[in-house]
Amino acid sequence: MRRIFILLLCLMPLFAYAGEAKDMATDQVLEKRMIGLAEKLRCLVCQNESLASSHAELAADLRREVRELMTKGMSDQEIKDYLVARYGDFVLYEPPVKSYTLLLWFGPFALLLVGLALLLVQLRKRRSAMPEVALSSEAQQRASALLNNEKDN
Amino acid sequence: MMRFILPFVVFVVLAGFLYVGLSLDPRDVPSPLIGKAAPAFNLPELYNPTKKFSPEDVKGKVWLLNVWASWCASCKDEHPILVELARKNIVPVYGLDYKDKRSDAENTLRSAGDPYTLVLSDTDGRVGIDYGVYGVPETYVIDKQGIIQYKQTGPITHRNLREKILPMVAKLEKLP
Repeated sequence: MRRIFILLLCLMPLFAYAGEAKDMATDQVLEKRMIGLAEKLRCLVCQNESLASSHAELAADLRREVRELMTKGMSDQEIKDYLVARYGDFVLYEPPVKSYTLLLWFGPFALLLVGLALLLVQLRKRRSAMPEVALSSEAQQRASALLNNEKDN
Repeated sequence: MMRFILPFVVFVVLAGFLYVGLSLDPRDVPSPLIGKAAPAFNLPELYNPTKKFSPEDVKGKVWLLNVWASWCASCKDEHPILVELARKNIVPVYGLDYKDKRSDAENTLRSAGDPYTLVLSDTDGRVGIDYGVYGVPETYVIDKQGIIQYKQTGPITHRNLREKILPMVAKLEKLP
């Protein structure tokens, strides 16, 4: 009796594995593809979370939608277009390059260039503010004497 | 002199951007559906589920589609305004009961009043996705040709009803 009990206890961990999330599809490949795409999409309810990580109900609905569209054979780009047609560019974490996103995309580089230019101008100015002065021979001798002294020690 | 002017100018520009940013609402995401045909659907009526409604049925009329739910708190704020609007009989308001239980929706309308010409049940929220709904309540102004002309995200207030929605409806009524 006791042995059977111990044996049963040993079997217990088999039942203890974590349950899968409710809306996991049975098809693992599809699920991976869905999550991969959903990570590039924004949840409109939480705004700072991706569709893959959000717990909002809408995000769950949209994951279901993406999964179904994939089953229908739509490509990732087609699914993105489908969502953009409904929610706008805002659903994309990576905004497309358009006339009104140019500043967003290239503004930082423009700022960097401006910064570099300012730095160069400043450096030039400083150089011209400190002209090199030729040492007199007396000073030269003193300098080398000092340097040699240092070496001897 | 330049030493002081330049940082000051930078500060003013930055402060200007931040000031404008204060009055922007990050929740108000512009809808790509403005100027496009209202997505087609065929949904059962709340009170008479065997009967179906489609936007085609109201072509030739200016109408509002108000997305709401009994579980939505800010819908309760907006509800009296809708009831008032319905009493004035200016524009038909169709309610899209989004991801809701029928009995809950019926109870809400029974106790708070029913401002809707017709209520449609979008139980699984699929029509909501087609309309780009991401937070209830949302309200769409749809013209006689079935084109979405305006979207209000969040509850209707007296102010935006007076300043945006009603002028838009009046303007659209005059068009063929």
